[in-house]
Amino acid sequence: MTSLLSVTDLRLSYPSRGFRAKRPEVLRSVSIDIAPGETLGLVGESGSGKTTLGRAILGLAKPTGGTIVFNDQDITHLSPRERRAIARDVQVVFQDPFTSLNPVLQIGDILSEPIIAQGTSRSDAQKSVGDLLDQVNLPANAAARYPREFSGGQRQRIAIARALALRPKLIVCDEPVSALDLTTQARVLDLLIDIQRQTGVAYLFITHDLSVVRHISHNVAVMFKGELVETGTAAQITEAPEHDYTKSLLLSAPIADPDRQRERREQRRAMKSFVTA
Amino acid sequence: MITFILRRLISGVVLIVVVTGVTFFLTHAASIPVAHNLLGPTASPAQVAHLNHQLGLDRPVVVQYFSWVAEAVRGNFGSSYFSSQPVGEALADRLPVTLSVVLVSLLITLVISVVLGVLAASKRGPLDFVIQAISTLSFVFPGIIIGIALVFVFSIWLHLLPAVGYTKFQDSPAGWFGSIILPAIVLAIGGIASLSAQIRGSLIDELSRDYVRTLRSRGISERSILYKHALRNASGPAFTTFSLLFISLFGAALFVEKIFALPGYGFYAFTATVQGDLPVMLGVTLFSVILVVIVNLIVDLISGWLNPKARIS
Amino acid sequence: MTTPPVPDVAVPTSKRQGALRRLLRKPLGLVSLTVLVLLVLIAILGPLYGHNPNFSTLKDINVGPGSPGHALGADQFGRDILARLLASLNVSLISGAIGAGVSTILGTVFGLIAGYTGKRTDAVTSWVFSLVMTFPALVLVLVLYPITGGSYQVMMVIFGVFLSPGTFRLVRNLVIVVRNELYVDAARVAGLSTFRILSRHVLYVIRGPLIISVAFLASTAIGVQAGLAFLGLGSTLVPSFGAMTSDAFANIYTAPVQLVWPSLTLALLTGSIVLLGNALRDVLMDVGGVAKAVKTKGRGHTSERDTATPHIEDDAPHGGLLALRNLRVSYTQPDGSERLVVRDVSLDVKIGEVVGLVGESGSGKTQTAFSVLGLLPREAHVEADLLSVGGDAISLSDPAAMRGIRGGVVAYIPQEPMSNLDPSFTIGSQLVEGLSAGMSKREAKATILALLARVGIGDPVRTFKSYPHQISGGMAQRVLIAGAVAGRPKLLIADEPTTALDVTIQAEILDLLRDLQSELGMGVLLVTHNFGVVADLCDRVIVMQAGEIVETGDVRSVFTSPKHSYTRELVGAILDENTVRSDPPPRAAGALTSEGTK
Repeated sequence: MTSLLSVTDLRLSYPSRGFRAKRPEVLRSVSIDIAPGETLGLVGESGSGKTTLGRAILGLAKPTGGTIVFNDQDITHLSPRERRAIARDVQVVFQDPFTSLNPVLQIGDILSEPIIAQGTSRSDAQKSVGDLLDQVNLPANAAARYPREFSGGQRQRIAIARALALRPKLIVCDEPVSALDLTTQARVLDLLIDIQRQTGVAYLFITHDLSVVRHISHNVAVMFKGELVETGTAAQITEAPEHDYTKSLLLSAPIADPDRQRERREQRRAMKSFVTA
Repeated sequence: MITFILRRLISGVVLIVVVTGVTFFLTHAASIPVAHNLLGPTASPAQVAHLNHQLGLDRPVVVQYFSWVAEAVRGNFGSSYFSSQPVGEALADRLPVTLSVVLVSLLITLVISVVLGVLAASKRGPLDFVIQAISTLSFVFPGIIIGIALVFVFSIWLHLLPAVGYTKFQDSPAGWFGSIILPAIVLAIGGIASLSAQIRGSLIDELSRDYVRTLRSRGISERSILYKHALRNASGPAFTTFSLLFISLFGAALFVEKIFALPGYGFYAFTATVQGDLPVMLGVTLFSVILVVIVNLIVDLISGWLNPKARIS
Repeated sequence: MTTPPVPDVAVPTSKRQGALRRLLRKPLGLVSLTVLVLLVLIAILGPLYGHNPNFSTLKDINVGPGSPGHALGADQFGRDILARLLASLNVSLISGAIGAGVSTILGTVFGLIAGYTGKRTDAVTSWVFSLVMTFPALVLVLVLYPITGGSYQVMMVIFGVFLSPGTFRLVRNLVIVVRNELYVDAARVAGLSTFRILSRHVLYVIRGPLIISVAFLASTAIGVQAGLAFLGLGSTLVPSFGAMTSDAFANIYTAPVQLVWPSLTLALLTGSIVLLGNALRDVLMDVGGVAKAVKTKGRGHTSERDTATPHIEDDAPHGGLLALRNLRVSYTQPDGSERLVVRDVSLDVKIGEVVGLVGESGSGKTQTAFSVLGLLPREAHVEADLLSVGGDAISLSDPAAMRGIRGGVVAYIPQEPMSNLDPSFTIGSQLVEGLSAGMSKREAKATILALLARVGIGDPVRTFKSYPHQISGGMAQRVLIAGAVAGRPKLLIADEPTTALDVTIQAEILDLLRDLQSELGMGVLLVTHNFGVVADLCDRVIVMQAGEIVETGDVRSVFTSPKHSYTRELVGAILDENTVRSDPPPRAAGALTSEGTK
């Protein structure tokens, strides 16, 4: 099996403030694998380290131990120039559609920027903009507009288009639909699935929402306080979880059926609580 | 807490050394012919050399600096080259004058700014415009112009207040007040402009915050929200502005002292500078820096107290 | 399933005008810019006037304005005032340029470096600049006067250095904010070099406040130079407004009119610069500037739809705790029109009933909830045919009446726990304050302590004495719930109370709300977008879209057989818990293939 992305025993601690304070360990020996064209859902609550793992893979956070191997290349610690080369293969879609697009730049500029940064001429880059907008079902005249003229769901599409600009092999999606309305969520998720079918791109899909993760993932990894507590296929995790935390996570998310929700509530209350606050 | 104060004091000392040192070396580099100025253009080179030696000005710069420091630490700041008056004594005489004007000015500024800022933030509407107008006007008409205009109106035209001179408080409280009120007002105008706008801005920000809405939802009165909660949270930045104002006023006092002919420390510094009266210049610089260090320390302490996050740690 | 194409967004037909255009449309901007440009032109053309500003002659001493050869008269040395005025204008403009220029360049370069690079460089640079900031600038300018040799340009350079900490701090703080924005992260991931990120993203975004500060710096520099010249510092051969004013001041008894010319021109100059700065601030700080870039939207969700479809209602209205008839909320737009965000909304809540108010963003559900509390911002225009709480009718336009019901009759639980607590007061004092009317301090304290325990806080005494920043988000939400039920309200209005929380904490808070509701017999109006929460807590559901109610009904029927098309769409969009991704990845092999179960 050729793995596209292979993370082994990754550790990350933030620099401590003052020599007395303990260094908070955000990631403790986390290992995951993603095959080409596959979606790995990474699930956890705040403090689980899931976002940090994503940022480490993107080069936005520095690991203090372990390795990240992408396409047989060790990308754990890269210089800015090496990072730029990797940018062709690894891209990102963030959660907040309002702040992930520079408000003073036009859409066309936002979309062509990654292409230009790789050395393509401005005019060639502009040509790709139309194709990108088409891929995410946005009209071509969007290129001359500013982000604030679009709704949140549309901005997320633009962010997705930007991620696709360099035809990456892996896109790290950090809670891409969490800030969207229900109906919009469904549409954006379906768009992401379509794109995966058409281009064969792999996703690391980070979220706290189990229903979302089931919908889009082939495999799921569950994190709790910096550690990986369970991995498996999406079906396994969401129907027959083994670890208590995964079970409590599943039972905590309320479902839209009053009677079954009551049953679920009883089951959850019978378990021990993972809440420390 | 103690470490905090200690750290500030140490950086204060560093600041003093740096500033006085820089001043010393720079003025030396400017090569003001002090002895020449003192003796006048007819002096012979021998006389100049003799005076230079007497004043110790022919020693290497570094030696001169350290000897000044050695004396200063013992409280002896030397005497003016020109008047032979001990610097320490001269400063002690002049400081109360400047302080009177600055402190009264600050008081006026504080009171009016808080009133204007609070009213504008809570009532909005026409008061907003008033504050903006005052703010702009104060920039448009620099202090000197306003000062002169005031002198013209109140002293020359209406003969209400003395145009020049300073009366000591001990001699006559009313006279004292009359002599400093115009300069204080001049200084206050700029201060009111910036402080009131600042308070207004901060208050408006605070009043639009979530916690204010939640407090209102519990039935708490608008008055309590404004004076107890919003003002409290807005006071941090306002206080910083206020302290910067205090320091800048000491510089600005210089101008009003000239216009109103007040024998304050600003004007003292000015004359010394033009004449190259080194001990005075150094004494004044030293004093200013010490003042700044103390004020900053107090400001930091109060700011820290105002902010619960800093207070606990 | 392919996603259907989204119809083109309804955008304003005219493209956003450039900043300059918008500046010129404001009367203040137009006037100040014109005056400034005129003054600059006059200064440049000044030498053409021909008269030597320093040429003094005995016969022209103090001649009045309008005398031959002296349009504005001559001063006490016989020097032509107009010529001196023109020369002074030059000096002031140069002073402003130098002072603002030095300060801006120094401050910006170091501000960018300090804000963007690591903590250590930041600490060192910040320390240096705060050192410079504490220098008593004027005193030092004075003291350094000898080495300037009387040149006002050098003095302005020195002063500019002393002004730079202000710019430094401004730029550094802005850069730190921008650096943490997600679009900068995206740029880093795209492989942009640091230089490109700084110039394209960071600098471009902060240019607004920077330009404004340049205006104010220039006017300050001009003012200081005038002041220094007034004191007599500087070459007597260089005319300046300060020198002219000083001369005129000495002459005040003989020819007071001489004061007018320099004062007026100086005022005109600094005034136009400052007013231009104010106008620029209004123009640049609006949409697209840092103010908007920095203010992240609250946790509100966003949707792509905009229009509502006709309304379906269930049987006869119930009565009881809350009755609202035909609520209308509107806001005035910049162009003067009224935008209606809530249209003719009528609803009821029975005593002890939990009603879910459901909708996507823009539906008006939150506006409706706040209207009942009377907590909409002052820009909102709120009216209704009837608002009745606990059987008593209340007028929405009577602030005192609305205040009267808050706390004791109607209570509020907000969405975001941390931002809803006053950071400067302890938890205890904030909560006690809401109870202060009607019971003694000791009773209030005891009540609050008991409540803190009741809502599941482990150490009530410690929490009582703590400040908001010392407790976690989950605890903060419990505190807010305690604060809300302290007054034993009849009606509880909860605005997405669990959205900002982790899912495991969410579940516990929902439990808490259910227990408290049944214990106190409260009616609850629960605003949410999450149908799971509705299923967990609510008896009845009201669905809103684009400011209107489209369907109401009891929880089971709305879920199993929604009548309105929008409700059906919403319920349909709920991700089915039985659906798992069924198609395998393109080249998966071995243990990683998924097993579809649909």
